[in-house]
Amino acid sequence: MVKLPAALRIAALSAAATCISGVALAAEEGGLPQISQVDTYASQIFWLFVTFGLLYIVMSRVALPRIGDVIEERRDKIDDDLMRAETIRSEAEDVLAEYEKALSVAREEALGIQQKTSDEVKAKMDERHEAFSQELAERTREAEERIAAAKSEALKDLASVASETAAATTDKLVGFTPDSKAVDKAVQAEMKERL
Amino acid sequence: MATQDTQDGGFPVDPLHQFEITPLIPINIGGLDLSFTNSALWMLITVGVISLFMIAAMRHHELVPGRLQNCAELLYETIANMVRDNVGSEGRQYFPFIFSLFLFVLFGNLLGMIPSSFTFTSHLAVTFTMAIIIFIAVTIIGFARHGLGYCRMFFPHGAPAWTAVILVPIELISYLSRPISLSMRLFANMMAGHILLKVFAGFVLLMGVAGVVPLAALLGITALEFLVAVLQAYIFTILTCVYLHDAIHMH
Repeated sequence: MVKLPAALRIAALSAAATCISGVALAAEEGGLPQISQVDTYASQIFWLFVTFGLLYIVMSRVALPRIGDVIEERRDKIDDDLMRAETIRSEAEDVLAEYEKALSVAREEALGIQQKTSDEVKAKMDERHEAFSQELAERTREAEERIAAAKSEALKDLASVASETAAATTDKLVGFTPDSKAVDKAVQAEMKERL
Repeated sequence: MATQDTQDGGFPVDPLHQFEITPLIPINIGGLDLSFTNSALWMLITVGVISLFMIAAMRHHELVPGRLQNCAELLYETIANMVRDNVGSEGRQYFPFIFSLFLFVLFGNLLGMIPSSFTFTSHLAVTFTMAIIIFIAVTIIGFARHGLGYCRMFFPHGAPAWTAVILVPIELISYLSRPISLSMRLFANMMAGHILLKVFAGFVLLMGVAGVVPLAALLGITALEFLVAVLQAYIFTILTCVYLHDAIHMH
């Protein structure tokens, strides 16, 4: 049920107290007009019916339908707008999904291209590396051969030079020329031992 | 000074004079006095003010409401919610009546606050007529919806059968006293408030310079009376909704 606020209860109490004094006053002068003016009851009730009936007709026929229509119209409009917004939102989401899909495809493609290029570069690099190292090995071997040849040549010359030097030295020191064959033999033996 | 106006009782104002009904245009139909009185005039003014307000507010009926239209829509929504919450969806068809009732009582109370106007809601004949019509209508709706089953209203559901001896008379009395309490509440509140204002006004006149004290009180009481005017209209309407709910749903 309806609960009256405390302030109102106090007000009602004080009002009731005043009311009693008012009634007491009224008793001296012939009662409350609300009660004593019995002859006006019919008129009050009659005009209540007339005026309230008029109000009811104006409200129910004119005022309330208008307000109801406006509120309904507004609600429809808002619902309509909301629905449109929803449609547009879902459309935007579709577009976004499409965009993201395209983006991921492009990314994959780019990744593929990058992979391929790097593979190609690596293959080419490997190839060149291989060719270069082969060439390098070849040159090394050639050089080594050349060095070996030079070395053996030098050694051969060295032996004859040594023999001649030994013979000449002996000749100068002792005054006797040794047998060249014996010198060669001795130099050979000495070189074998030293080198 | 003020005492010059003093009547034989010694009090400068008669607090009950404001409730006197005086005929403005005497009308007599079939021996029945249906004169157009100050009470009838203020009823007519009330209806006129409400109608003008509502029609002016909805003149343009725009989708984005202006100030006045917003007020009208606020009133509409308030009462629509009250009916929906208290009566339910079946209450929809009674909405125009409830709305008219609320505005009639509200504006009747508020216009009665204009000095030297007349408050027709401070008359028992008016409030009781409204209450008894609501009572009869609610009872008819109850019987039309539930047939004789509506009599179960007078016996709480689930109570032991033998308690009927006590409960049925109590419920019956409480049901029958509804129009009395409904009409008395409004009538007594409005009358008491207006008497209070007049009595304090009398004190102001009597006390001369010291009259500022009751004058200050008068200011507060006037503010309170505006609150009471709105609140009593609300209570009268919401109780009507509650009675309607009982008739439709039976507790």
